[in-house]
Amino acid sequence: MSRIPEAFGRRKALIPYVTVGYPRPETALELVPRLEEWGADMVELGIPFSDPLADGATIQEASFMALGQGTTPARCLEVAARLRERVSLPLVFMTYYNPVLSYGLEGFCREAARAGVDGLIIPDLPHEEGVELEAAGERHGVDLVYLLSPNSSAERMQAVGRHSRGFIYLVSLTGVTGARRELPPELESFVGRVRQSATLPLAVGFGISTPEQTARAAEVADGVIVGSRLIQLIREDDGYAAAGEFIRGLRRALG
Amino acid sequence: MDTRNRRGYFGEFGGRFVPETLVPALEELERAYEHIKGDPAFWEEFNALGRDYIGRPTPLYHARRLSEYIGGAQVLLKREDLCHTGAHKINNALGQGLLARRMGKQRVVAETGAGQHGVATAAACALLDLECVVFMGSVDMERQSPNVRRMRLLGAEVRPVEAGSATLKEAISEALRDWVTHVADTYYLLGSVVGPHPYPTLVRDFQAVIGREAREQVMSAYGRLPDRIVACVGGGSNAMGIFYPFLDAPVPLIGVEAAGKGLDADTHSATLVKGRPGVLHGTRSYLLQDAHGQIEPTHSIAPGLDYPGVGPEHSFLRNTGRVQYVAVDDAGALESFRLLSRLEGILPALEPSHATFHAMSLAREMPKEGLVLVNLSGRGDKDIGIVAEALGL
Repeated sequence: MSRIPEAFGRRKALIPYVTVGYPRPETALELVPRLEEWGADMVELGIPFSDPLADGATIQEASFMALGQGTTPARCLEVAARLRERVSLPLVFMTYYNPVLSYGLEGFCREAARAGVDGLIIPDLPHEEGVELEAAGERHGVDLVYLLSPNSSAERMQAVGRHSRGFIYLVSLTGVTGARRELPPELESFVGRVRQSATLPLAVGFGISTPEQTARAAEVADGVIVGSRLIQLIREDDGYAAAGEFIRGLRRALG
Repeated sequence: MDTRNRRGYFGEFGGRFVPETLVPALEELERAYEHIKGDPAFWEEFNALGRDYIGRPTPLYHARRLSEYIGGAQVLLKREDLCHTGAHKINNALGQGLLARRMGKQRVVAETGAGQHGVATAAACALLDLECVVFMGSVDMERQSPNVRRMRLLGAEVRPVEAGSATLKEAISEALRDWVTHVADTYYLLGSVVGPHPYPTLVRDFQAVIGREAREQVMSAYGRLPDRIVACVGGGSNAMGIFYPFLDAPVPLIGVEAAGKGLDADTHSATLVKGRPGVLHGTRSYLLQDAHGQIEPTHSIAPGLDYPGVGPEHSFLRNTGRVQYVAVDDAGALESFRLLSRLEGILPALEPSHATFHAMSLAREMPKEGLVLVNLSGRGDKDIGIVAEALGL
C-alpha cells in the first residue's frame, strides 16, 4: 500500500526533490533522513535522464553530473531501499519515460514496490500514453501521479482526476523547472479549477523557491514541491547547513 | 502494446509523450492541420509558392557520367538540392509557416542540425513576416557556420545550445523547452518526421510532393517505375517525402543511415540498423540508447544525420519490412561527394551523399536498363569546410 495519503493528512505537505547521485553518490542517503527531520512530508527522488526536456538549467546540470557518477535506475532502486530502512515518509521517483520503459514497466514497478517506493512521476507521460504503466503500478501498489498545467482543459482535468493516483502534480506555470522570482497571478484560479474536478490531494511545483511563494501556494493547494533551489543549495554547501535552513524556513511558512 | 485506439500511431510507434503543457498545443495544431487538409485555398497557396518561390517541380536528372563510371544501372537524381535555400527542408518550412500564420501565431521557434532546416525556416518566416528563433547546438554552429550567417541575414535569431553533445538532439530539447514556456503565442516548426503527433504525419505530408513529382517524372521519361529508390535517413523527412507516394507501388525502397566511423565504433547514427525502441522527444521509435535507457552520443560527418532517434513511421516501415535500412560510413559519403562533384559538376550535401554511395553499390550489381532513383536532398555548399579538411584540400 502506498504511504502517499499519510503525507497529506495532518498538515500542508512539504515535498522536496533531490536528484539521486548529485553531487555525490551518497548525497541522497545522507540528505533524505535530514529532510524528514527538517519537516518534509514526502520526498521526490529524481532518477537522472540524459535528455530531461521538462527541466530547466539547474536540474539538467544535476542530471548530467549524476549520470557522470554512474547513476542508473538500478542504483536508484538500491538507494530507495536503503532509505526506506531509515525514513518513514513516502518516497516517490521522478524520472522520464525512457529509463522506465527500458527497465521494463512491470519489473520497474515490482522493484520499486519492493524498495518501498510509493509513487512515480513521469513528466513526459500524459495520461493517454500511460495505460500500461498505470496497470503495472496498480498491480504492485505504486501510485502513478499525473501532472496538470494551467492550460489544461476542463476535460483533461477530469480525466487526470480519474487516472492519477496518490495526488495530482500541478505545474504552477507554463514552462520548465527552475526557481522564479514570481509565481503567476493565475495560480489560485488554476488550483480552484482543478479542485472542481478532482478529489485527490493537489501539490504545486515548478518555480517555487521562497517561503513566501510556498505559503501562497499552500493557501490553495495541499502540498508544495521544491526542487531547483534545494539542488542549488546542496551544490553551494555540501554540509547541508544551507539546505537545512531553507527547508526549515519553508516548513515554518507552511505551518 | 495495443495502440489501435490511440491517435498518431504507426503500428506500435509514434504517440505523444510530452509534458502536459504541450498537449493542448498539439491538440490545437492537430485541429488546425485537419482543417487546412481539406481546404483547397491553403493548398493553392502552398503549391503556388512551391512553384514561384521554391522552384518546383525540381528536376529529375539522369546522372549519365556517374552511371557510366559505375558501369551498371542508370542513376537518377531527384534534384531537391535545387530548391530555394538549398534543400528539401523548405517544402516543410513553408507549409508549416503558412499553417502558423493561419493559426494566428506571431512567433516561430525551430531547431536545426546541419542548418538547412534553420535557413529554410528563417526564409519562410521572413516571407510570411513571422518572428523566428532557431536553436542550434554550438558544435553544429561551428561546423556549419555559413548557415548560421545565412539565418542571421534572413532575420532569425540563432541561439546556441551548449548542453550535452551540443548537436541536433539538444537543439530539439531546447526548442521544446522554449515552446513549453511560450506556448500561447509560439509555433514550433519542427523540421523532420520526428517528435509528437501530429508532426510525423504533417511533415511527411508537406514533403510528399517530392515523391509525387518523382513518380510522374519517372513515368513520363521512362514509361515505368524505377527499380530502386534510395534516400538518406537522419530524422527521415526527405526519405518519407520520396517514399510515401511509392509505398503502394512494387518498388524496393532503401533508407540509408549514417554509420559514422563504422558500426562497430563507439559512435555512429544508425538508429534503425543498430538501435532498439524507446521514447525520445515525444515519440516512440527506434533509438540509440544504452542498457539503462540513456540516450547515446552519436557521430556522423553529416550534421543532418547526427541524431539518435528516427521518425516513427520509419520504425514501422522497418518492422513491416516495406523499407530496408542500411548504413554508409563517413568515408563512403566523402567518396560519393567527390565523385558527384567531379563527374557531374554537382556539389551534394554530405547527408544525401550517404544515399548516393549506397545507390552506386546497388547500381553496380544491376543491368544497364535498371533505374536507381536517389533523393539528392540538399546541396553541399555548407559542407565545403568539412570536406576540404577531410580530403586534405
